Amino acid sequence: MIEFVTFIVLSVLALVSAVFVITRRNAVHSAIWLVITLFAVGGIFLLQHAEFLFAVQIILYVGGITVLFLFVVMLVDIDVALKQARFARQSQLALVTAVLLAGTLGYALYNHGHGLNLPARPMVTAPAQNTQAVGMALYQNYMLPVEIASLLLLVAMVGAVIMAKRKLE
Amino acid sequence: MIPTDYYIFLGTGLFAIGVIGVLTRRNVLIILMSIELILNAVNINLVALSQYFKSVDGQVFAIFVITDAAAEAAVGLGLIIALFRNKETVNADEIDLLKW
Repeated sequence: MIEFVTFIVLSVLALVSAVFVITRRNAVHSAIWLVITLFAVGGIFLLQHAEFLFAVQIILYVGGITVLFLFVVMLVDIDVALKQARFARQSQLALVTAVLLAGTLGYALYNHGHGLNLPARPMVTAPAQNTQAVGMALYQNYMLPVEIASLLLLVAMVGAVIMAKRKLE
Repeated sequence: MIPTDYYIFLGTGLFAIGVIGVLTRRNVLIILMSIELILNAVNINLVALSQYFKSVDGQVFAIFVITDAAAEAAVGLGLIIALFRNKETVNADEIDLLKW
C-alpha cells in the first residue's frame, strides 16, 4: 500500500514537473524543474530496487548534466529569450501529432498490456546485491560495450572542446 | 508490488511530454532538456522490464543510455555555444543557413 502511494506520488511529480520543463519561458526555471523530474525518476528506480542506477542517476544526471545545462544557460543571453515567443510556428500541428502518438501508444499498451498480462513479480536480487549484480554483468558479459562507451565519452569530450573553441587556427 | 504496466504507462507519458517539448519549443536548450526527458522515459521502461524478466541486463542497458545522454549533452551544449557565438540566437526556427 505504502509502495503504491509512493509510486503515485513520484509519477505525478515526474509528469507535472516534466510539463513545467517544456512550458516555462525562462530556461533556468526549466532546468530547475528538470532536476525535480530527474529526482522523481531516480525515486522510481529506487522503488524498483535498482539502487545502483539510482546512484548513477543522481550523480550523473542531477549532479553533472543539469549543472552543464545551467552553465550554458548562463552563457546564452536570457533577457532576449524572455521577450520572444515560446513555441514554434508549427506548434499546434506538432501538439496534435504528439498527442496522437501518445494516444496510440497508450491504447496499444492498454490492450496489449492486458493481453500480455504483466503482473507484479518479486525482484530477483536482494537490495544489497544489486550493485554487485550490475557490476558483474558490466565487466563480464558487457566488457566490449563498456570499452565502446568509454571511447564514445572520449570522442564526445574532444568534440565538445572543439565545438566550444573560439577559432580553429 | 506494483504491476509492470504502470511503469510502462509512466514511461509512455514522460516520452509523450518529451516529444511535445522537442516538436513545439523554439529554444534549443529546452529541446535538449526534452531529449533528456525522453531518455529518462526509456530508462524507466528498461528498469521496469529488467525487474520483470528478473535480469540485470536492462539496468546495464540503462547505464549505457545514461552514458549516451551525458555524451549527447556535452556535444549538444558545445554546439549551442558555437551557434550562439556565430548566429546570436538559440531559436531553432531562426537557424536557416541551408535554406535559400
